[in-house]
Amino acid sequence: MEEGNCFSRLSAALMPGLLLLALLSPSLAEAKKLNVVTATTDMAALTQEVGGDKVNVESLAKGYQDPHFVEAKPSFLLKLRQADLLISVGLQLEIGWLPPLITQSGNSKIQVGAAGYLDASQFAEILEIPQGTVTRAEGDVHPLGNPHYWLDPDNGRRIAKGIAAKLADMDPADADYFQQRFQDFDKRLTAAEQKWDAEMKPYRGRKVVTYHRSFPNFAKHFGLNVIGYVEPRPGIPPTPSHTLELIQLMKRENCKVVLVEPYFDLKTPQSIGRETGAQVVVYLPSVGGEKQVTNYFELFDYDIALLIKAFQATQQGA
Amino acid sequence: MRRRLCSLIVQAALFAMPVYSQQVAGTLPAPDQPDNAALMQKICDLEDRLVLAEGHIRQLENQQSAPGQAAPPAPPAESQTSALAASAQAAGGQEPVLGGAGGSAAKALNPDISMIGDFIASAGHNPINPAPSFQMHESELGVQAIIDPYARGDFFLSFGEQGVNLEEGYITFTALPGGFVAKSGKFRGAFGKVNTMHNHVLSWVDRPLVTNNLVAGEDGIDDAGVSVQRILPAPKGIFMELTGQVFRGDSGDEQHPLYQTSGDNNNVSMVAHLRTYKDITESTNIDIGGSYSRGHNNTGPSFLTNLYGIDATVRWKPLRRSIYHSFVGRGEFIWSQRQQLPTEQRAFGFYTSADYQLGRRWFVGGRYDRSGEAEDAALIDKGFSAVLTYWPSEFSQIRGQYEFTHYPTRIDTSQLFVQVQFSLGAHGAHPF
Repeated sequence: MEEGNCFSRLSAALMPGLLLLALLSPSLAEAKKLNVVTATTDMAALTQEVGGDKVNVESLAKGYQDPHFVEAKPSFLLKLRQADLLISVGLQLEIGWLPPLITQSGNSKIQVGAAGYLDASQFAEILEIPQGTVTRAEGDVHPLGNPHYWLDPDNGRRIAKGIAAKLADMDPADADYFQQRFQDFDKRLTAAEQKWDAEMKPYRGRKVVTYHRSFPNFAKHFGLNVIGYVEPRPGIPPTPSHTLELIQLMKRENCKVVLVEPYFDLKTPQSIGRETGAQVVVYLPSVGGEKQVTNYFELFDYDIALLIKAFQATQQGA
Repeated sequence: MRRRLCSLIVQAALFAMPVYSQQVAGTLPAPDQPDNAALMQKICDLEDRLVLAEGHIRQLENQQSAPGQAAPPAPPAESQTSALAASAQAAGGQEPVLGGAGGSAAKALNPDISMIGDFIASAGHNPINPAPSFQMHESELGVQAIIDPYARGDFFLSFGEQGVNLEEGYITFTALPGGFVAKSGKFRGAFGKVNTMHNHVLSWVDRPLVTNNLVAGEDGIDDAGVSVQRILPAPKGIFMELTGQVFRGDSGDEQHPLYQTSGDNNNVSMVAHLRTYKDITESTNIDIGGSYSRGHNNTGPSFLTNLYGIDATVRWKPLRRSIYHSFVGRGEFIWSQRQQLPTEQRAFGFYTSADYQLGRRWFVGGRYDRSGEAEDAALIDKGFSAVLTYWPSEFSQIRGQYEFTHYPTRIDTSQLFVQVQFSLGAHGAHPF
């Protein structure tokens, strides 16, 4: 009786301490799984493909959000402080919000230059790298090249391969698992690419206008011709004079499709559509842009279906 | 066309083969042109390797040239020893700069340099707090860089039309164990919200009356010292962070005195801040903080001033239209307890403000002010402001503000301000 009392008293005294310990070191409980935080949903989707159930992946930005203008919310710090690996898109896409989060996270593993920080742009083919002097007279230019590079399946494969190698470095015991997951992803992507290429083949060379410059890698891969942008300069909202020029250009070039990212206002694109008879298509630049688009494959399925519909609807014009 | 053909052939090859990027020559089952297919596969592999090599070159070239988010000292290496290698390379990489070697390598290690201009024109008469008709109120020079894998450095020098002030200059240790983040240098104290903000991130041309009356005016609690902060364990979804800071004990100027060491090194001041934050929905969040500060005031070495503050912020920003609409509602409530002769003064002051983003470039806002005076709590200043802001781009802004102030000495003032702010270069993002 007395012994039991003593024990319960002891455990009562120990409990708060143990609880505190458990709170302070939640990593102990799940030592096996790598915690990966990504800046955007696309990187999360690719990490999930190769990481499988050996990683917990979470994206900070949502797929329907402008990745340039994410708020650096403190709730993101809760995720970052637990992260083993932070994957950024890089090329200054997240410059407005990620750096202060990294600094404030108190997590030495994910600091820029540390082993747990991965800039995925190093694996991908980057387009529109400005040559010569860059000034902001050209708008919000990305001096390191266009950061919307994940919309080319070949780049998706390269990024996934890079991420798989990184995961293998961080968790050598599961290196074979990640490698095997990558090969499986590669195989499925190759098959899907074959299908996408075949579907898009009849529309190669078709002219499109996009709102922001977030489309060059997709256009290059599928042979589309981006002739202009609704924004007069990157990051600068549409102006009447530029819109007028764009309408004339589209009429001259017989361009019938305007692609708009889901986070831009549709007013100007729709008036351009009315003037030129073009279809306004809200395409998704990222996984999670719509509820049903939950992985990297569905992203292309969705966008390609939309594009084909728009191209078919404007067939006679072309 | 070539790419398409290439990828088709890769696909054929891959279907037949379980292993990607292994040697394929000779194993292809394609009956017609095995040589051609192998060749194309080789081209594709080479293309992949070229992209990877280009990526490595980019990483090396852009080391630390990315504003605010300098690239790693070494590309995230794919080996277990990458952290060691990175730090070794960082140490090595410093030398050419110190040695004065020219070329792009040295330039790439330059810190991010930015300049923010703050021009204010004002009309109307305010004898208590006069503003000149035209002034280049402040030019803020920012120099920021990652120092090494363990720390970053930030300098903000604010130039008036005459004279320079080191607004902030500090090192932040980002790689401490146990989730601690420490700062040392001169920096703005973590007392509430407005005190931590630089002029150019305020929603108004000027600072609230309560800041002027109780928290050392425009410069605020801004002093040399050390700071330690850590995120605290909290129920799921709640962010809680505690900051503790100790300063030398000098803050404020002649018009807005707050703390003064009076030559005694023991007269340090301190600031403590507890911040709690929660996402209510993905577009709405609430941010509540409590602050405490104390230091020695200018009455004499044994006279203390205690400050207590509560700040609350509600933000709304719909994610799908985040660049077009947003709302920020904020209030800060500050109690000052100032020991002085003949009796201690207990003054209270607050402001509440609301800012709504009408469209991509337009913001409208208002602020209500009310504050006692630190040295005579019975004197209460009141005021309100209406603000309209236009953003030609992210890098410049034009603001108009009408301000009415009532001072207890029966003076009512109306002022109109027009402010132009412009940003050059790479200014690192500010904390949320």
